Amino acid sequence: MTCKSLALAAAFTLTAGFSLAEDITVGTLVLKDPYAFETAKTARAGGAFVRIVNTGSDPDRLLDVRADYPKVQVHETIEKDGIARMQPAGEIDIPAGGMIELKPGGYHIMFMGLKGAQRFSVGETVEATLVFEQAGEVTIDFPVRKRTGGKADMGQMGTMEQGNNASN
Amino acid sequence: MTLSRTTIALVGFVALGAAGLATYTILGPRDPASCAQSQVAGATIGGPFTLVDETGRTVTDRDIITKPSLVYFGYTFCPDVCPTDSARNAEALDLLQSRGIDAQALFISIDPERDTVEQVAEFTDLFHPDMIGLTGSSEQVAAVSKTYKTYFAKQETGDEYYLMDHSTFTYLVLPDLGFVDFFRRDTTPETIANTVACFAEQS
Repeated sequence: MTCKSLALAAAFTLTAGFSLAEDITVGTLVLKDPYAFETAKTARAGGAFVRIVNTGSDPDRLLDVRADYPKVQVHETIEKDGIARMQPAGEIDIPAGGMIELKPGGYHIMFMGLKGAQRFSVGETVEATLVFEQAGEVTIDFPVRKRTGGKADMGQMGTMEQGNNASN
Repeated sequence: MTLSRTTIALVGFVALGAAGLATYTILGPRDPASCAQSQVAGATIGGPFTLVDETGRTVTDRDIITKPSLVYFGYTFCPDVCPTDSARNAEALDLLQSRGIDAQALFISIDPERDTVEQVAEFTDLFHPDMIGLTGSSEQVAAVSKTYKTYFAKQETGDEYYLMDHSTFTYLVLPDLGFVDFFRRDTTPETIANTVACFAEQS
């Protein structure tokens, strides 16, 4: 990390109340702000999120996610007329120069079959390997965050955390 | 002249009555419906239910809804929608409690096959001490879902990692009036808190 980015990160940490992980680059893809939400002690499923930016001139595709849990899939939440449905997202296209965002209410990585000590706790990270058609495989850590209130599905995570801290 | 006197008296009576009604309308209790966020006229949502609470005790709506309650139907295996909505409802409770209004939230499982008493207890504890987890037999859960006109369906996957489709509304239920309003997923904690406060301050 350069001095400049350190300073920027520090500034962001001060304003947002938490630090963002560094971007992860694999091929032409940049993975930004990976995180997972904390789960209950008895939870058997957890979710993780990340933004994937394709800086290249060719499309790529997220083929699979692997992690050390009995079943791991990318799911998509679809909501219609007040009814929510989750379903496996299959392969997800990442257009050239485009971005896909795994975020609450949309795509998420779902880890299934958590048991006992595998709960996601704040301060820990969840490791998973993302498999891309062009960029190949990359293993990343998803820092576990506390759940927040009604602004959880807004894109501005920094603002959200700040609001949450203020109201707690 | 008799007729005129009667007419005058009548007019006076009506005028007094109108003035009285106007005064009542301005100064008297507000219609609870004016607090509502949603259009729920004529809907018959909510009513008696029997479920199992976080201690394993069989309880009824009368045991549980002792204060303004935000009622949500979900399942603990759900990693996205249910926790997001529960966190939102928990934040609404925090806002209400900071204003001195005693309220609670109920999380009713529509997946009793996997949601044991311990599961719903731990799940709700993650969000708020005043969020109560409820589960029950499949018959009890089907009955309360029908009473609240919610939808749920299991997506068969052939393994233990199946998903559920389910309604995501949060219902506001009062001890004396029963169901009074509902909130969609995009309703903010502030709006929910304001609505609950509006109803609570009238009762």
